[in-house]
Formats: sequence, C-alpha cells, structure tokens
Amino acid sequence: MYFGRVIGCVWCTAKNPGLDGQRLLLVQPLTPQLENTGRRIVCTDCTGAGAGELVYWVRGREASFPFLPAEVPTDTSIVGIVDEVHLKTSPETPPSGRKHSRKPPPC
Amino acid sequence: MILARVVGTVVATRKDARLEGKKLLILKPVSPEGKDEGGYVVAVDTVSAGYRERVIAVAGSSARMAEGCKDIPVDTAIVGIVDDVRMD
Amino acid sequence: MLIARVVGELVATQKHPSHEGRKLLLVQPLNLDGSNRGDALVAMDSVDAGMGDRVLLATEGFSAMTSVGRPGSPIDMAVIAFIDRIDVLPDAL
Repeated sequence: MYFGRVIGCVWCTAKNPGLDGQRLLLVQPLTPQLENTGRRIVCTDCTGAGAGELVYWVRGREASFPFLPAEVPTDTSIVGIVDEVHLKTSPETPPSGRKHSRKPPPC
Repeated sequence: MILARVVGTVVATRKDARLEGKKLLILKPVSPEGKDEGGYVVAVDTVSAGYRERVIAVAGSSARMAEGCKDIPVDTAIVGIVDDVRMD
Repeated sequence: MLIARVVGELVATQKHPSHEGRKLLLVQPLNLDGSNRGDALVAMDSVDAGMGDRVLLATEGFSAMTSVGRPGSPIDMAVIAFIDRIDVLPDAL
C-alpha cells in the first residue's frame, strides 16, 4: 500500500460504465515526513476521504476488491484514512534489538 | 521470468508459518551476457540453487504455480538453474 | 520479496472493514548495502514487527492478504517475516 494526501477530485462525464457512481480523487504520494514524492495519481475511494486528508491506497487488482461484486475497472483505490503517523524520532540511529517504546510526536 | 544470480541469503525465524523450511535467497538480476542489472529481489528457492549460480526466477502471482510454492506467500520463486544462455 | 525497515506506524480508524485489527506499518525498502530504495510504503503486519525492525516485505496481493489472514481484502503489501540475518556476497554490494 502507499501513503499520500488527497489533493483534489476528478470529474468525468464520459467514462466506463463500471466507474459510474465512483468518486475519483487526485492523490499526491508522500514520504513518511509528509513531503511530496512522485507523480500524482487518480484513485477510486471506498472510505469517503476528502481533500486534504491523509490516506493510504492499494494498487493492482486488489484495488477493485472493495467494490465487489461490482467490477470496477480501477487499479488504485483509497482503502483507509490516516489519523496519525508515528515515526521514530531519530531515523539515523540503528535500533538495538526490538523496541516497542515510542509514541508520537506525529506529523 | 528474469535471469538472475544468487548473491545472498536471508535468515528469518519469525515468519509466516507457510514459509517454514523454505530457503530465501537474494537475487540480483543479470543481463543475458551476465552483467549485473539494477536492484535485487528476495526469492523462495525451489531448485536448491547455490551462491553465484545463475537462475531463472518467476515473479508475481505466477510464482505460486511453482512446485512447492502452492498457497504460500511468495511473490518471487527460483524455478531453474541456468546451464547456458545462447543469443542469436 | 524485498528487504525493508519499519520506519513508522499509521493509525487509521476509517478504513476498509477488512483492515480492522491489523497494524499498519510504514516501511522503507532497502538496497543490499542498507541504503534506501525508493519511497516508503504502507504494509500490513503479520509478525508483530516494531519500529526499526528489518523485515521481509511481500509485494503481491495474494501473498500479502493471506499472510495477514484477510483473503479477498484490498491489501497488496504485507510484512511476512522478521529478518534475523542477511548474508551477501561482497561483489553484490
């Protein structure tokens, strides 16, 4: 899955009937530090995400699974809205063994 | 399928139960001439390949069609050891 | 599969129902020399990996969704193993 932010919406009148009723959202992929990375893409959505929200999406055939039994011709679908991102505070420090002690500070 | 050479191994004890007993090898894709190409991939070995051997590996969901990889979580499987490559 | 390091965790309440109850990890794929390979990805966890752990990442749908016990779910990447050791020929680095 991939991490990004909804930055807009795409409207199409003429489209494959399989896409009828689907919201098409424009998504900017992000790094864990919330910097833009890579090309913006268009995703279908099964979560009700809106502009500005952090989301994660799935690519490939699995992208059509949320809409089954309808066969939606999509290869990228938003499958979750991200509330918080927890990062290791010093990514440079190599971990010593398994650590589960961390918490915020998020984005 | 890709041509690759075996360059390493990965040891993992805590893993998906269906990977128990499967050898995980690190492959580096090579050109037909034998030159290294970019990147690497970790693959499940089905043919007892060893270090430095040139192999063919199948990627994607087809990897599970390889003998010994049925229904296990594998996206790249080594399916042959290359004896020779000839180009016309 | 790819070698990756867990660099973060995501919290999401509103998500596909089949994703409930599994940890979402931000993982950074690594090159053999340990440097970053491309962008960080979101993967579902099946081995209780934690921040900083080196893990094996399955990047194909069936492998990912079955290893986290969610067949038929929209999941394309999962952490399927916790790596103890990696041996690599020096000429491959």
